[in-house]
Amino acid sequence: MANVIMEARELRKEFGGLVAVDDVDFTIPENSIVSLIGPNGAGKTTFFNMLTGVYKPTAGRILLRAIDVTGKPPHAITERGVGRTFQNIRLFQTMTALENVLVGMHTQLKGGILPSILRTPRIKREEAAARDRARELLVFSGLSGVHDEYARNLSYGDQRRLEVARALAIEPKLLLLDEPTAGMNPQETLEFTDFVAKLRSDQGLAVLMIEHDMRVVMGISDRVTVFDYGEKIAEGTPVEIQQNERVIEAYLGSGAATGGAAG
Amino acid sequence: MARRRPRGFLDPVRERVDVLERRVLGPDATPVKRATFNRALTALVILVLGALIFAPLYGFDPAALLAWLVSAALYVPPWESIPRVGRFVRPVATLVLVIAYPFYFDSMFTIPIFGPFPDIATGVVMLVFAMMAIGLNIVVGYAGLLDLGYVAFYAIGSYTAAWFASVQFANRTVHFGSVGIGPTVPGFHISIWLLLALAAFLSALVGVIIGLPTLRLRGDYLAIVTLGFGEIMPQIARNGDNFFGTGFNLTNGPNGITPVDSPGFGATLHRVTGGVLPDNYQTALNSDNVFFWTAVGLVLFTIFCSLRLRDSRLGRAWIAIREDETAAAAMGVPLMRTKTWAYAGGAFFGGIAGAYYASFKGSTFPGDFFFNISVMILCMVVLGGMGNIWGVIVGALFLTYLDREGLANIGAWLNENLGLNIEVPKYEFGIFGVILLVVMLFRPEGLIPSARRKAEFEEGVHDQPLYDVSH
Repeated sequence: MANVIMEARELRKEFGGLVAVDDVDFTIPENSIVSLIGPNGAGKTTFFNMLTGVYKPTAGRILLRAIDVTGKPPHAITERGVGRTFQNIRLFQTMTALENVLVGMHTQLKGGILPSILRTPRIKREEAAARDRARELLVFSGLSGVHDEYARNLSYGDQRRLEVARALAIEPKLLLLDEPTAGMNPQETLEFTDFVAKLRSDQGLAVLMIEHDMRVVMGISDRVTVFDYGEKIAEGTPVEIQQNERVIEAYLGSGAATGGAAG
Repeated sequence: MARRRPRGFLDPVRERVDVLERRVLGPDATPVKRATFNRALTALVILVLGALIFAPLYGFDPAALLAWLVSAALYVPPWESIPRVGRFVRPVATLVLVIAYPFYFDSMFTIPIFGPFPDIATGVVMLVFAMMAIGLNIVVGYAGLLDLGYVAFYAIGSYTAAWFASVQFANRTVHFGSVGIGPTVPGFHISIWLLLALAAFLSALVGVIIGLPTLRLRGDYLAIVTLGFGEIMPQIARNGDNFFGTGFNLTNGPNGITPVDSPGFGATLHRVTGGVLPDNYQTALNSDNVFFWTAVGLVLFTIFCSLRLRDSRLGRAWIAIREDETAAAAMGVPLMRTKTWAYAGGAFFGGIAGAYYASFKGSTFPGDFFFNISVMILCMVVLGGMGNIWGVIVGALFLTYLDREGLANIGAWLNENLGLNIEVPKYEFGIFGVILLVVMLFRPEGLIPSARRKAEFEEGVHDQPLYDVSH
């Protein structure tokens, strides 16, 4: 097995008396695509939010390339190369597409206050380079000709793409996608699946995604993890998951085992 | 999801203007032409309205016509379409008009109801408040942090100037670069120019100290805590003549610190420059004028820094935080540090403004820093258009003018012409409240909103489908 980029050890989150995530062990190998599936309310997004520092775990540890990052704030985890998108799109609505991507580059740019006010040659160079890179990323993510549109004016599909472009601006080693194809039509979903596969093969990214569309999950995942009531009930290759009795019982239903969509 | 803007009472007017425009210019005029036509129409309407109101009230006034001509010449032609130099025409001409203001203000016409144009001393105060409003705009307009205690930084700036340029600490005698102070006068007497910088950095430092524990809070909670700090500051100033019962006189209590030294360039520079640079501002023959011009310079400095910051990496991070804190953090923006910088940046300019104002007035009193000042500065930002410097400046100038002269003039006019006996300035904050309400009802994005804010308030042109469908 390849090197592990992110690892969760006995990760646990309680909200009051409710155990949202129940002592989950979990690993994401480098350059792999891992999917997280499970019924609504299974704790997938909570798990995500712990990995990205939005929630502090009640117990357990999170390791990023063998370094403990448990309880670190979100920006500190982002700095270490973890990019994410959100289940319900969270773009900076009144910033342009280009500016959204530029915010994603925050950790890579240096620009201090005084040099920014004086607009030193170094700042000028840095900003120009950042803009070029942002344009590249937008085009790479399938967004041409909308650089100066406010994010809120983009179509739904474009907003999803912009979220990914913004996350890629972090230059992540690991990309977390929370239901990236939600609301997409089959054609868009297909394109998006290819795009994620390309990210892995061309950019060497590891991808962890929460996804309900089984065609996507079974099509591109190396490994699939299944959550139910905050517990990890199964883990394995897509084929193994499709044949896992407990998964079929708990969640997928008989239709999905033959490759149909469920969710 | 799309917020639909209610049909405003001006919309029928706008539609008729559109019809007129198509009839005059034809169906496919360029946008530049159409905008010019609209501006020309606005100028014409103002002229007609002006003539209708002026003529019966005051008779014909050539100064009013001249003022209209100059404004129209600046406003109507599409200056910005001249390549390269075009976009500088309006700002530079406006700046020239502002700098020349002391020379023509007393020959200006009388505005109906509002009375004469503000005098230069009022102009200085207006500019000082413009500087503070631009500072607060960094906190409220850019970073979206509601600060109800901004006056605290103004107070720190004022007291910094007062401590180090007066006889307050009479048991020490330290002189450095001060003007018009005899060498044996006790107390700290540091050059006001240095104190402006010191006040700025001290305020920024206090901004950081206040910010670190409070900026973890969001929204209303932050507003309440800042409100508390805004209340604490004048209390410290008021009771600081016996600091924590130690007998140490920090602020001289309710009596305030006075006199505060004057800014100036000293006799040598005054002589060398042939009298261009004033020796001592407070005793100069054109005292108010030099204070006015220096304030213009300080406001320009503030505008410059504020615009550069807005367009920097830090400015983007501020706006990102305003839009969505969680997403900003997920993009690697350190929330605490970035918010603290916004606070420090706002405090920085508040400090300069406070120090300059103390030196202009030659005094500082605890009563200058009550909560209502915080609210007034916030009103300026909201009224003008949060996030847009130009709107904020207009808001600041207008409200400060009302505060200093306008309301008294309006009151006098009302009493004289309607046979009333109301003391209008007494109802100042009620009137400000009404103004704010009217703006919120009819133009919630402010008088001159930033493009971003406008986008936020206007109905989305494109659809935002499926937002709530997928879950």
